Amino acid sequence: MAKIIAGIGTSHTPAIGAAVDNGRTAEPYWVPLFKGYEPSKKWMAETAPDVAIVVYNDHVNAFDFKIIPTFGLGCAAEFPIADEGWGPRPVPVVQGYPELAAHMVQSLVLDEFDMTIVNEMQLDHGLTVPLTLLYGQPKAWPVRVIPLSVNVVQYPAPTGHRCYALGKAIKKAVESWDEDLNVVIFGTGGMSHQIQGPRAGLINKKFDTAFLDGLARDPERLASIPPLEYLRDAGAEAIELVMWLIMRGALGPRVREVHRFYHVPASSTAVGHIILEAA
Amino acid sequence: MSQKPEEYEDIPGTWVFDAQRARQGYHLNAFFYSLMKAENRAEFLADERKYLQKFPMTEAQREAVLKRAWNKLLELGGVSYAIVKLAFTDKKSYQYMASQMVGITEKEYVQMMQAGGRSVDDGWRSKSERQK
Repeated sequence: MAKIIAGIGTSHTPAIGAAVDNGRTAEPYWVPLFKGYEPSKKWMAETAPDVAIVVYNDHVNAFDFKIIPTFGLGCAAEFPIADEGWGPRPVPVVQGYPELAAHMVQSLVLDEFDMTIVNEMQLDHGLTVPLTLLYGQPKAWPVRVIPLSVNVVQYPAPTGHRCYALGKAIKKAVESWDEDLNVVIFGTGGMSHQIQGPRAGLINKKFDTAFLDGLARDPERLASIPPLEYLRDAGAEAIELVMWLIMRGALGPRVREVHRFYHVPASSTAVGHIILEAA
Repeated sequence: MSQKPEEYEDIPGTWVFDAQRARQGYHLNAFFYSLMKAENRAEFLADERKYLQKFPMTEAQREAVLKRAWNKLLELGGVSYAIVKLAFTDKKSYQYMASQMVGITEKEYVQMMQAGGRSVDDGWRSKSERQK
């Protein structure tokens, strides 16, 4: 039986990817950030999952505005890297797991989550930066990836409650796949940040800390945070944090926190990171 | 036909990219999206006004692009992830664009972020609270 063994929450700030790609990780600006992910890379090397479901959002790269799926599940065998305006990131092509993804779509839709099936898509920094943070710079990614894109760009994003429930349905879908697989799930984006308008640069450490605390102990409370509260208290782009609730929902009621890291800033973002193992 | 103001309109210094703004900004954002291709970036820079005629956007939107009026672009339906492709075309960074929206230099913006960023408690929670 396939099993979701752990969840990883992490920011996906594009500047982090650029720092790695351009060999700037030893610069004083970046040293503390990459140090915070050292234990995570070790954990990932030891855990060596077979499959990673990566919940992320596209930033007007794979999807222009012709079609905006609220939840899009990547069912391809392979996903190329997007050119976001300065050439594609020099990272390996991402290998999918079409058989499991197809099974997940069927299970999720019959479970009343009306997924959009995405058979071709390019992946942007939202997905590749988390892989870089956890795996470094391998020649090929040592894991098969099922991308789950969530619309958080055009308001409204799906609610926290809906995301949390989708996570639960993902757990059910994965556990009904009859193959021994260790699966991890990433919730990416956030934490507090705003990158538009005169209020750009907003950071709310108190909000972020409460969110990190709540993930293990009280996810139901986090799931009830209304969209307005994210926008107002943690910045217009902090709504990305609903994607962490999909990850949390997929882990079951009890989890063990094995690593946490928080750092301000990476570009305009408060970087948050947590690893939770399903108990 | 109209709807009552959304609660998030009370957030200072912010244009939430909602369905109405997305509708108004559709062709503007399509223009930004086109800048993902190197040949389009070159064509745009060679004759900006001419390139903009390809997209059926409003004259006000075209003017805001030409003037790099970053906040105006948000107000007229641009979304920051798309607008930033214009900044990239100008060989500028995300933080540069954000600094221009704030009205400070890029260096000052970077320093503000390194000092922990902007606090919501400094009058940035609500327009109505500010007026009290």
